[in-house]
Amino acid sequence: MKKTPVLRVILAVLATTAPACMSAQNGDIPRTPSGRPDMNGLWQALGNAHWDIEPHAARPALAMQPGPVIPVPANEVLALGAVGSVPPGYGVVEGGVIPYLPEALALRDENREMWLERDPEIKCYLPGVPKATYMPFPFQIFQSDTKVFMAYEYAGAMREVYMEDPGPPQVDSWMGQSVGRWEDDTFVVEVNGFNGQAWLDRAGNHHSTGLHVTERYTMIGPNHIMYEAELDDPETYERPWRIRMPLYRNIDPNARLGQFKCVEFVEELMYGHLRKNPIRR
Amino acid sequence: MDTCARTRSGGRGPAGPTGSTHPAARASEPRDPLPGYAGALVLMAMAAAGLATGSAAPAAAQEREAAAVEWVVPRTAYGHPDLQGNWSNATVTPIQRPEGQGPVHTWEAVARIEGFVRTARQRGARDSDPNRSAPPVGGIFTGDPRSDAASGGTGGYNSFYIDSGDLVAVFNGEPRTSLIVYPENGRTPALTDEGRERRAERRRFASRFGQYDNPENRPLAERCIMSFGSNAGPPMLPNYFYNNNYTIVQTPDHVMIMTEMVHDVRIIRLGERKPLPAHIRPWMGDSWGRWEGDTLVVETTNLHPNQTLQGVAPSEEFKVVERFTRADEHTINYEFTVEDPNMWSGPWRGEVPFRRLDGLVYEYACHEGNYALENVLRGARAQERQEGR
Repeated sequence: MKKTPVLRVILAVLATTAPACMSAQNGDIPRTPSGRPDMNGLWQALGNAHWDIEPHAARPALAMQPGPVIPVPANEVLALGAVGSVPPGYGVVEGGVIPYLPEALALRDENREMWLERDPEIKCYLPGVPKATYMPFPFQIFQSDTKVFMAYEYAGAMREVYMEDPGPPQVDSWMGQSVGRWEDDTFVVEVNGFNGQAWLDRAGNHHSTGLHVTERYTMIGPNHIMYEAELDDPETYERPWRIRMPLYRNIDPNARLGQFKCVEFVEELMYGHLRKNPIRR
Repeated sequence: MDTCARTRSGGRGPAGPTGSTHPAARASEPRDPLPGYAGALVLMAMAAAGLATGSAAPAAAQEREAAAVEWVVPRTAYGHPDLQGNWSNATVTPIQRPEGQGPVHTWEAVARIEGFVRTARQRGARDSDPNRSAPPVGGIFTGDPRSDAASGGTGGYNSFYIDSGDLVAVFNGEPRTSLIVYPENGRTPALTDEGRERRAERRRFASRFGQYDNPENRPLAERCIMSFGSNAGPPMLPNYFYNNNYTIVQTPDHVMIMTEMVHDVRIIRLGERKPLPAHIRPWMGDSWGRWEGDTLVVETTNLHPNQTLQGVAPSEEFKVVERFTRADEHTINYEFTVEDPNMWSGPWRGEVPFRRLDGLVYEYACHEGNYALENVLRGARAQERQEGR
């Protein structure tokens, strides 16, 4: 991991100050029998990071085409009207801008142009980390004194967070290999072993197989987790950078993780042209 | 601490079947006596843990002491039996008992079956000849039905890729001839008239299509929607092919069971049932659990209508009750009872050993790399063009 001296100082300051402010408020958080913060439950991010993690104004659609006066939604999404429009978001990236290397920035812009062809979410592919955390779906944490497991409603994605490091990942995967540890009251998860195919949002933001994510889950109250993730990927970014957002507990006692196995929902899109009698001409 | 003394209920001592217990009766027999090799392991473990009373102690006394160290069910911080970790239900014992067999194998038969499987696996795992020519039209069939089914005789999967189980299922010390233990013939009961009519209706509907006409006409596993057979269930049965692995994590009010294929998470809520509305039928149904003593009892309804169990789709009356009991350090005794009065003329019951899996469960990203479904459909279209259809 390459870090400039200045960055090291900034990171060190952040690392010491941010959790300290949080821990001042978290005296009333639930705890497990062994005294760890108890994160069991149903969590969800609010906001629009899944559309675009960088600050962005609302826009008519993700897929656009030139219009006579200004660009208009592409034919493929036109029928969705306002449902297909992109809500605004003021960003979850610390500093506002992802520090891409020039070629990686060009690829991001190209991804954005080619959104319909390239966004893995359109095909119901697994979301990867950290995007799984801030998809517009809840996820459930299962935490015992020996195990931590996260199940995501979107695409039935999941990952076990190994509490004992099994060593380097043996295979690349969409969700990566997660290894967790407690730093005081913060649950820290190191994730790597990615296959590099997941995106960070619907706006073409991307990473390579070399991505290393360091996630920090800090309960700042009984119903709130402050989620932070540092993304380090020297093939893609100039330097490590961070996202940060609160996660909210669903306090409805009847709330439960739904089933969104979207594979079958995209069969017409992916295989419809191969039907014996295609319904689209 | 409880890390030293372990017995294996599946221990293959020379003793053979322990009697004529009817498998449909819930086992109440004491566990097998500590087999010799397990006793030796216990002694070694005790010595390693510094528990041996002294190297000069007579061997007989050491053995008595070892036998007295009973396996104690491990518990979570909340006091429930600890079912957590990775498990496998892979086995060569079929779900339904072949005609003419009794419920329990002799150990001689077990040795024969497992030897046959071992030989077939070794044969099937040999390196391919790099100089071989293309297979003839129609393929070459090896005689191993699973391998042939996977490759169509054209060399798709060999044994290296297949992990369908090497061992006969041993439940409470008995090597079983089937996973179904009730009805007494080890087979699913007859369908009701209504069940036959519903099955016929499904077949009539399916017969309106060729099997390669549409993605929806292909099996769920080929579409990467669910594993083969009833792998995630419930009931959770081996798929006799590969990846028969599960991860269990427990919290005070939930038990999570993940089936490796296709990373399917079943969330079992503990406590008072608040079932889903009848029209919401998730793929693995709606599961609610409770602890009865040291057994986790899970009741599931609302199973997805496109799931099938032994070729039968569940009706809206389908219910399965599963029982999970830690039998020893390496085993969960998994029992299930299926009832669906619309479909089957009576309940049926099965018993499956889940054995500890020493290894990680990797991501089963099926859909993301599913060239098969696309190529199956594309192949059918190409064939139609060739044949001028």
